[in-house]
Amino acid sequence: MDASPQMPTLSKVPRILNERETKIVASDVNVYYGEKQAIKNLSIDIPDRAVSAFIGPSGCGKSTFLRTINRMNDTIDGCRVTGDILVDGKNIYDRDLDVVQLRARVGMVFQKPNPFPKSIFENVAYGPRIHGIAKSKADLEEIVVNSLKKASLFEEVKDRLDHSGTSLSGGQQQRLCIARAIAVNPEIILMDEPCSALDPIASARIEELIDEIRQNYCIIIVTHSMQQAARVSQLTAFFHLGDLVEFGDTDEMFTTPKDKRTQDYITGRFG
Amino acid sequence: MTDTFDKGNAAFIAKRYASERRFKAYGAVALAVSVLFLVYLIVDIGIKAWPSFFEHRVVLEVNLDASKIPADEVLKGDFEGLVRGSLRSLFPRVTTRGDVRSLTSLLSAGAADDLRQDTAANPASIGTTVRAGALLGDDSDLYLKGMLTTTLRMPGTTNLQLAQSGEEFILTGDLSQLAVGQIVRANGGALRITGVEAGLAKAEAILPPATLNSLTPGTWDILSFSRAEADRRIDDRQVVLLEALRDKGVIEKHFAWRFFTSGDSREPELAGLRGAIFGSLLTLIMTLSLSVPLGIAAAVYLEEFAAKNKWTEIIEVNINNLAAVPSIIFGLLGLAVFINFFGLPRSAPLVGGLVLALLVLPTIIIASRAALKAVPPSIKEAALGVGASHQQAVFHHVLPLAVPGILTGTILGVARALGETAPLLMIGMVAFIVDVPKGFTEAATVLPVQIFLWSDLPEIAFQSRTAAAIIVLLVILFGLNAAAIYMRKRFERRW
Ligand SMILES: Nc1ncnc2c1ncn2[C@@H]1O[C@H](COP(=O)(O)OP(=O)(O)OP(=O)(O)O)[C@@H](O)[C@H]1O
Ligand SMILES: [Mg+2]
Repeated sequence: MDASPQMPTLSKVPRILNERETKIVASDVNVYYGEKQAIKNLSIDIPDRAVSAFIGPSGCGKSTFLRTINRMNDTIDGCRVTGDILVDGKNIYDRDLDVVQLRARVGMVFQKPNPFPKSIFENVAYGPRIHGIAKSKADLEEIVVNSLKKASLFEEVKDRLDHSGTSLSGGQQQRLCIARAIAVNPEIILMDEPCSALDPIASARIEELIDEIRQNYCIIIVTHSMQQAARVSQLTAFFHLGDLVEFGDTDEMFTTPKDKRTQDYITGRFG
Repeated sequence: MTDTFDKGNAAFIAKRYASERRFKAYGAVALAVSVLFLVYLIVDIGIKAWPSFFEHRVVLEVNLDASKIPADEVLKGDFEGLVRGSLRSLFPRVTTRGDVRSLTSLLSAGAADDLRQDTAANPASIGTTVRAGALLGDDSDLYLKGMLTTTLRMPGTTNLQLAQSGEEFILTGDLSQLAVGQIVRANGGALRITGVEAGLAKAEAILPPATLNSLTPGTWDILSFSRAEADRRIDDRQVVLLEALRDKGVIEKHFAWRFFTSGDSREPELAGLRGAIFGSLLTLIMTLSLSVPLGIAAAVYLEEFAAKNKWTEIIEVNINNLAAVPSIIFGLLGLAVFINFFGLPRSAPLVGGLVLALLVLPTIIIASRAALKAVPPSIKEAALGVGASHQQAVFHHVLPLAVPGILTGTILGVARALGETAPLLMIGMVAFIVDVPKGFTEAATVLPVQIFLWSDLPEIAFQSRTAAAIIVLLVILFGLNAAAIYMRKRFERRW
């Protein structure tokens, strides 16, 4: 079957998709955990060099869909994905696709900061090292420093790169995780509620950071904060019970939502 | 209304606190009782073991008569004869065969061993007179440690007249100090009182006195014992000779290094743990080199790579069951498979190590799996997220973090293997073996089996040795545990 039930809300193509190249095309994606269906017939286009926000009530499948994009769901027993997800026109669920290469192209930042219990330097250097990106030691150091700078963490940690990554504050840890993701030169960065464990100031720094780097990456962020989605994203997608209810330009979504459910959610009437 | 509410609440809270206090008290009592048991056990073993760490020697002037020692084969020299001769020369009046036998029986069967080794190491000393410590036998040693009887010495304070009629000696005068069973040492001899009647005491000679001079205060003394001659392993004549040696000041007490440096022996004073320690060491090397790599590999595979299906479930259940199988079953398995089927040598550390490896494998697998499981999944996700393969994520991140836990499990396994006796009995490691094993296929015994063997022997000295061997085993176990804790701390501190 085609995805026509979702289509009515998509009366017009979001502006941002016309302004940028399309990076990810998902069509008819279904995700099952055993018998339970967590994503139903989902189709969405995601633009490159922009921030897309996934919002929706808890348990509606935002994380589940996000994790299909770098095939993190492969690691969950009993999780099954059908449908196609194309990244740059290549179906990432093809048999001949190398998951390791995919994950190098699609970086991920998790809800809870999860630095390796190793030095700050090692945390960032690990990705480049296993992918053989750095040609020499100096090269590696440059990559680490640049990644930390891009993640606007370098100034704070430059004197203690050999300290443990876990010795940093929560906000610093999350920026370290972003630096770690950036270090392998991904094209897409998936962020699953990256600020949910952080205080407003640390969150603001991450938002600033996302804003700074969005010109170079395709960023998808899952968030429960309407303000955050409104501030950082250009495209917003609203999920509800496994369905993609509506997606469109962020400014329009928050001012003139088309679906009643979207309206209720962003005005705080349910969620 | 608030009043009644408060009251009810207060009573409820008081009850809750009381229950908490009660629970704390239970815990404290349980702890106290177990500590008490432990302390009692250790103190008891310690007290029993203490004497075994010391030995008595009699220091003799030995003339290394060149005619008794072949120059080309020093070790074959008659050092026993030389040592005995030297001991006899201390007692010129001991001449009868029985007395001489009593005297030489004080010495250990290995009394001349030290002198033999020293002389072999230093042949230039042949022909000269040397001071040599001759090891005393176990009974003499125990007597000197006060473990056979308590001996009381009383100086003679009265005047006595001594007369001899045939074999019997008669003492007359002030008999107030004398009682049956005591030994009167006077005039270079020793008399045992056999009866005290009105006005006279009868006595028999243990060592005949040189003269029949009258005894005046200060020239004689009395030995009396807490245990009668029939109830102890050393007779009055030996006691008199030992006391004479003690009076001459030629008896020395030393730390018994022998206990650690020699192998097993039928003679308690010569028996040592070296063979058992080496046997345990070889067996453990075998066990560890087999069970650690296998156990960790199996745990990593089952925990991280194996598909979760019926087969892995069956394997998992079986591993858990294996950990609970009585160890003697593993011994039977080892006997049937390694010895009878594969024809590996009996009593060898090789087979012992194999059997113990099987025994501790489940423990190591279970502990390692628990340690792997305890590593937060977010770490693995992080590694996968930057594009590490599953294997890289496991070996670069999960396994290193699990090492402290794996180490603890392994040490627990080793501790179990070190203390295991039953399966080793099945594969014949229970034999009496004097030599220190030099290889994995030589017959050997291990510490717990040595303890088992000694505990079965009738000699009192072996009971003490048993306790001492237990102490050694415990010290090694504590050492192992300390090492485990230290290593765990070190690994944890690296991050
Ligand atoms: N590993 C899993 N096994 C089984 N069911 C799962 C698993 N992970 C998620 N689910 C189910 O899939 C549905 C979607 O979950 P998902 O985590 O994607 O929600 P979410 O939108 O990210 O929610 P939240 O905002 O709370 O993070 C939920 O009903 C959840 O119970
Ligand atoms: Mg989620």
